[in-house]
Amino acid sequence: MESMVEHDAVPAADAGGGGHRMTWLEARGIRLSRGPASAGPLRRAVDGRVFGGVAAGVARRTGFDAGLIRAVLVIGTLVTSGLFAALYVAAWLVIPGEGTDTAIGTRALTDKRGIGLALALTSLLGVGLVIASALHAAWITGLAVPLLVCAAGLVLIARNAPESERQYLRELSDPVATNGSGRRSRRLLRIGLALLLLTGGLATLLDGHEKTYQLLQPLAGVVLLVAGFTLAFGPWWLRIWRDLVAERQARIRAEERAEMASRVHDSVLQTLALIQRRADDPHQVTKLARAQERELRSWLFDGRAPGSLDDEAGTVADGVRLIQQEVEAQHGISVEAITVGNCELDEELTALLAAAKEATVNAAKWSGAPVVSVFAEVEPESVSLFVRDRGRGFDPAAVPGDRKGLAESIRGRVTRRGGTATIRSAPGEGTEVSLVMPRLASGSAHGASSGTPAGRMPRRP
Amino acid sequence: MNAPHQGAGFTARPRVFIVDDHGMFRSGVRSELSGDVEIVGEADDVAPAIAGISRCLPDVVLLDVHLPGGGGQEVVAAVKPDHPEVRFLALSASDAPEDVIAVIRAGARGYVTKTISGPELVDAISRVAAGDAVFSPRLAGFVLDAFASGIAGDIDRPSFDSELDQLTAREREVLRLIARGYTYREVARELFISVKTVETHVSSVLRKLQLSSRHQLTRWAAERRLT
Repeated sequence: MESMVEHDAVPAADAGGGGHRMTWLEARGIRLSRGPASAGPLRRAVDGRVFGGVAAGVARRTGFDAGLIRAVLVIGTLVTSGLFAALYVAAWLVIPGEGTDTAIGTRALTDKRGIGLALALTSLLGVGLVIASALHAAWITGLAVPLLVCAAGLVLIARNAPESERQYLRELSDPVATNGSGRRSRRLLRIGLALLLLTGGLATLLDGHEKTYQLLQPLAGVVLLVAGFTLAFGPWWLRIWRDLVAERQARIRAEERAEMASRVHDSVLQTLALIQRRADDPHQVTKLARAQERELRSWLFDGRAPGSLDDEAGTVADGVRLIQQEVEAQHGISVEAITVGNCELDEELTALLAAAKEATVNAAKWSGAPVVSVFAEVEPESVSLFVRDRGRGFDPAAVPGDRKGLAESIRGRVTRRGGTATIRSAPGEGTEVSLVMPRLASGSAHGASSGTPAGRMPRRP
Repeated sequence: MNAPHQGAGFTARPRVFIVDDHGMFRSGVRSELSGDVEIVGEADDVAPAIAGISRCLPDVVLLDVHLPGGGGQEVVAAVKPDHPEVRFLALSASDAPEDVIAVIRAGARGYVTKTISGPELVDAISRVAAGDAVFSPRLAGFVLDAFASGIAGDIDRPSFDSELDQLTAREREVLRLIARGYTYREVARELFISVKTVETHVSSVLRKLQLSSRHQLTRWAAERRLT
């Protein structure tokens, strides 16, 4: 299964080449021969990783197939009682991720709390191992060192990996961590109990030939040991746990505050700055204040982030209104928006509106005109949108480079979906962008002429 | 638009009466227009407006669509029969179509939004004083919408017995350009017609809007109230 994922990541230069028959492995995307190796330092891969991207990284560096390397790793782990797994975790810590130069291990050295946590976990596992050895599960004590290394290493990785990698790990651990309902602590308890039962069950299974009463004595010893460890380390574990929770909450709060600050900056502070600049123009001030109030309200009370067109607008009229609100709020000009007729948005019309928004923002930014007119007309066969300003205009034949891209993004959006875009402008004459999108013969074709365009009804409190 | 349009050889400064319940707005308009028009009076509600207009007999009344004591159309309805020479230009901050249509149907010669710039307002006042109609882009949009709603598949179709119930293709073109933000002059240039012809088309649309008996218009406006 892994190898299927892998296949795309490594250039399959010689897949099926050379005329030889495909082996079982090759049929599953695992290549035995050596492919082209990349130059440059060894890095853990991002594309095609399963855990840390070590195997994929090594594969890329050496030219061997990642699936092959993984197979070696798995077999090696089984043969050496987990030594390879420990090596893998160590490599994960030591090799920097793709696109970075700092290994996780370097960062982990400064993470005192993480090291403490790793030690705590190691001691907990120690308890488990003592239990296991008391139960005469000799096979598990053989795993002790790799197990401890892996556990400690994973803790450090989970705490010190870059955010993108942590996100990936969270997704990876989702099935175990979030499966089932209830609080987090209860989930952990459940996982812990499950692990304990599994270990105990395995131990009993492997030592099944011994007689039951012979277990009683070591069992008593184990109970004592556990009680002792708990008494000794319990408060510490608890404190570390509490610290972690507090730290996590503080981080979440800080993130929320940062997001709030950037939102407030984007909208409220910008508006206040514009209001100060236009203090002599009461109409403008009112308009800005009103637009800002609208936006703030919808954000605070409806939980709608100011912005995205596609999520909110259900109809052409809604979309035009959104364009008006946003451009007015962000650029401090008035947008005269007029819609005749209405219909539901589909993919084409959403693109049309996106292009119209681009054109409106363009006009607001470049034309220097105080008013931009947006006129949308929904007709049975097509939807037309006109964005017009009476600003400084430009010569379309001699468009400066920085505006060409914008014009193309307007035109490209519309023409790609079968519409037409015309830009009319001359220096000193203002600019008009005309966008027309043919409508598909859909059931909502009556929208243009119906007296009650459905999309309009639920709006406005 | 530094040189306001002077409609039909109108030379004297038009005498203007302002009806608006916001003192701030009245004083703002007064200071903005004082050089170009003569402000002869102002009022903040329906009753004082009717009395004041009847007394001053201004050329143009700048009429807020929303007043505390009722809609602007009540002022028009009360003054119009006795003083048909007084012309009304409706102004509003909000754009509830039914209010705008109501005040136009009561007899106002035009409608502009309060966001209009000073020179444009002077231009609009001159036009109304000269007997022309003033359509803001928004009003043009409303009218297109209202008249479009009767064209296709309406159950009231048989009531198309009057030319008043339909716009001509040319009128529709003119309205579309106005809705796109074109001035009359720009409309004229775009369509290769004279400004006078544009004014004629707009006046004709205004007449249809005021006289059309088709109840789609009122129903159209009433439906917009739901929005």
